[in-house]
Amino acid sequence: MDGQGRVRPHWQGLIEGIFEDDAQAARRATEFTRRMIVENGVTYNVYADDQGRDRPWILDPLPYLISAQDWASIETGIAQRARLLNAVLADLYGKQELLSKGALPPEIPYGHPNFLWPCSGVKPAGSRWLSIYAADLARSADGRWWVIADRTQAPSGPGYALENRQIVRRAFPHLAQSMDVRPLGAFFAALRDELLRDIAEEPLAVVLTPGSFNETYFEHAYLARQLGFPLVEGHDLTVRNESVFLKTLSGLRRVHTILRRLDDDFCDPVELRVDSALGVPGLLTAIRKGNVAMANALGSGVLESPAWLGFLPAVAEQLIGEKLSLPSVATWWCGEPPAFESVIANLSNLVIKSTYPNQKFTALFGSELDSGERDALIARMRALPHAFVAQEHLAFSQAPVWYTKNDDGFSARALGIRVYAIATPNGYRVMPGGLARFASNAHAEIVSMQRGGGSKDIWVLSESAAGSEEATAPIARSDRTPPKHQDLPSTLVENLFWMGRYAERCESKTRLLRATLGLRRNLPFLAQAMEICKQLGASSVFDTEKSFTLSGDIARLGECAARVRGSLSGENWRAVTVLQRDFRRAESARSDARETLDSLLLSLAALAGFALDDMTQDDGWRFMMIGRRLERLQFLADLISRRLGDPRTPLRQELEWLLEIGDSSITYRTRYRAPPVWDGTIELLIYDEKNPRALAFQWRAINTLLIEVAESLGAKPQDTLYDAVSTLVELKYAHLGDERDGVQTSRRALAHRLDNIELAAAELSELLTSQHFSHSDFDLRAVSA
Amino acid sequence: MRYAVEHSTVYEYGGDVAHSHHLLHLRPRESAFQRCPEHTLNLDPEPSWMQEGADAFGNPIVRLEYDRSHDRLVVTSELQIEVLARSLDSPESAQPWEAVGNRLSYHAVELAPLDLDACRFRMQSDHVPLKQAFVDYAQDCFAPRRSLFAAAADLQSKIHRDFKYLPGSTTNRTSIVEVLEKRRGVCQDFAHLMIGCLRSRGLAARYVSGYIRTVRKDGEAAVGGDASHAWVSVYCPPIGWVDFDPTNDCLVGEDHVTLAWGRDFGDVSPLRGMIVGGGRHKLKVDVRVQPIS
Repeated sequence: MDGQGRVRPHWQGLIEGIFEDDAQAARRATEFTRRMIVENGVTYNVYADDQGRDRPWILDPLPYLISAQDWASIETGIAQRARLLNAVLADLYGKQELLSKGALPPEIPYGHPNFLWPCSGVKPAGSRWLSIYAADLARSADGRWWVIADRTQAPSGPGYALENRQIVRRAFPHLAQSMDVRPLGAFFAALRDELLRDIAEEPLAVVLTPGSFNETYFEHAYLARQLGFPLVEGHDLTVRNESVFLKTLSGLRRVHTILRRLDDDFCDPVELRVDSALGVPGLLTAIRKGNVAMANALGSGVLESPAWLGFLPAVAEQLIGEKLSLPSVATWWCGEPPAFESVIANLSNLVIKSTYPNQKFTALFGSELDSGERDALIARMRALPHAFVAQEHLAFSQAPVWYTKNDDGFSARALGIRVYAIATPNGYRVMPGGLARFASNAHAEIVSMQRGGGSKDIWVLSESAAGSEEATAPIARSDRTPPKHQDLPSTLVENLFWMGRYAERCESKTRLLRATLGLRRNLPFLAQAMEICKQLGASSVFDTEKSFTLSGDIARLGECAARVRGSLSGENWRAVTVLQRDFRRAESARSDARETLDSLLLSLAALAGFALDDMTQDDGWRFMMIGRRLERLQFLADLISRRLGDPRTPLRQELEWLLEIGDSSITYRTRYRAPPVWDGTIELLIYDEKNPRALAFQWRAINTLLIEVAESLGAKPQDTLYDAVSTLVELKYAHLGDERDGVQTSRRALAHRLDNIELAAAELSELLTSQHFSHSDFDLRAVSA
Repeated sequence: MRYAVEHSTVYEYGGDVAHSHHLLHLRPRESAFQRCPEHTLNLDPEPSWMQEGADAFGNPIVRLEYDRSHDRLVVTSELQIEVLARSLDSPESAQPWEAVGNRLSYHAVELAPLDLDACRFRMQSDHVPLKQAFVDYAQDCFAPRRSLFAAAADLQSKIHRDFKYLPGSTTNRTSIVEVLEKRRGVCQDFAHLMIGCLRSRGLAARYVSGYIRTVRKDGEAAVGGDASHAWVSVYCPPIGWVDFDPTNDCLVGEDHVTLAWGRDFGDVSPLRGMIVGGGRHKLKVDVRVQPIS
């Protein structure tokens, strides 16, 4: 809307287009958008959020429109600014003439935690300090755009922008086309090309994330998937002899480019922050040698301070000989005495911010302070004036928003946009769109996802047919370097393996507990069943005391899933979180145990379904399935062997109990149409290759998976199960059902062989770990003397 | 004075270390007041990769990588070094402390190279926060228009007087705010605290890592003589940088061997690294500084 509260002219088409068909369009689009966000698992983590770790991303379906003419000036301004800031970094990490000549105050970089001394003198390839740059812009009531902040470290949001576009375009399928909205795909293709530029052969780029606890982890995983790069954490990488390698299933693979979402000071604990467990020791040696490119260069975070803004116009003239075309919001750095005094005099019209990001200081509006607070602030500023910045209090222009909790009408919210640029051989290229963010309530002026605002897609309208070339470019070109399975980080695969094991372990224990709870109280066998439960680590449903419990396994399942989240679909991840939440709720409410187990079993069955049907069947998936099969094999072998250790002939109820745990009761009934007997039970649970719950089925499946893995890695298949399985098969025809002397012996023999199977399974697990996950040791610690 | 210095560091790891990277600040930097004709660095085991260079502050460094499993690392640095006396002509000619602070603040004019260099050392750094408490603590040393040299000398004596030297009472990560409260620490803490007091007033001070001769001329054992030592260098124009040792309450002279300087300990720690594996480790550091004729 313009200064008079009228709808700006280029919005007319949108408003008319939406309501052309019917008045319910707004409600439908809002509902569709919310559903898509949940289904796609788009989240934004907020630290210490009492709603749990993940909060759904908030997207208002109504796009924010920018006319071709307005956009042209933003585009020019952003590209120029990226070029300027790149040149400032080149100077700060080079000759520092801007400091010695007095164009910039040394206090700003030298006191900034992201000015990294070990990076001085390091010159990145092509002098590209900034591969990706973002600026936060806001519009004043007169329609002019102002830069509020520069994002030079590891700008977040381009992935959310792309996801927003894909959802909103589906909410209004015809509108985007008829309105000639500029597409985003070509920008991401260009980003991909930029990251793989100048690399001779087998280029490998990775996305480096601080991990799944980071607030924008969803986006890290999303970007990695869109670009076709592995998503890695610091411990997935290792520096050897001044080169960076990814620890993969098949060994070490050279990494050429790192798109980092980890702050620069955390990147190398040997030379930078020593307390960082997230970084890659020795990374700087590889960077200095030019063996790895960083996007963005380490140390680029120093430009993320409002203190620079006031100096940029003069620096632009000096460094690139140009006038800054996009203005910054008026800003005064308080380190200069005259500026400081005038800031104090005008405090009530200003916003006070900190120069350095590690200062414990939240922005304060001068107008909102009482006289005591005002005096305290002034005293604090006077003690260290260089640590403070004053900014003009810019009234954000408002934009219409649909996303409200109760009604369907428009409401007006303060809005800011984040715009992105990437380096290309022909200069900086600006994404024709971006992320619009609006304030959490009608009166708020601060626009931030962390403070609970929402987002919008930005539609940049194209001038005539300028957008047609962009429209045909695919999002990420998969023809050049299809992601290879051997690039799978070994920690990722190890976590998938354990996720498979824990999911299956939870299921086995749940079945065991449920079957045991179902036993009649007066059965003499009950005590023995409970003893078995205890031995198998399932003494009760809710037992948070010990780690060897169902509750503990559920927690570990969640931990593994969080570490492989980038490989799980949105629904799959959601199923894991819902399972965790429901179980914790039941646990704290001490809900009915059987009901809890029933619903847990359903959730676990859903996970098993996702495992079969919802994942790319690469080596990572194969290891997860091996994990599941191995776990099932071990559990069942253990269970049956324990029962065989008891010389009594089992009662019918006992066999029914075994069959229920083995999820084979219905199969048994269908097949034998009689109450269960030992022979049939053993046949069905151990030898029946057609029964997906039987031991035989597991070892067959494991064997097939091992052969597939070996083929894909070009190695020899390993099968330590083979011997144990063959001796078990030899026993197949022994009689187990009679009371004759020989039966006890053959029962003991069977039990013994089941024990061997269990040992062999454990051995296989060890072998896989040492063969494929040996590099995944990330027990990293600092030493200092 | 000529000294033979032996500095050995032994890590006994609780388990195998599969891979490691280290950064060493063990080679003494050359300067107008010291010359080091001989330096040998013995490493056991031999590293798989080694690189010599200089850091951003001009200190010599050695980088190491081990890619073979090992459970013990011994680094022995042996040097022969000649330390010259530092003559301070009319220290009282140093500018008043307020003038130095003002000279180093931003005025949108060209800065002399020495002044710009000093600016690196007047901001907060990892181990040295800037606090009003440090301004207050040193208030009586900084009378208006007093020469910075005299004020710094006073501050060094005040710290020496007020604080107890107590090895083991602090660690590498103990904050100087806590040191100021508890009034005890080791040379590293006293140096950081003195730097904090100076920087909180807008002055430039750097952290110097080195050694002090184990037995002084008077036969007394120097404090900090059996380990790495640390002190403070203060920018006192027009004299230049003057080194103060708050632990021994003396000006730095022929008794001190300089290794490296930086903003704080983090920039120049003699031996830092990251190891993969290793379990709990035992560390033994031994330093001997003996005069030779």
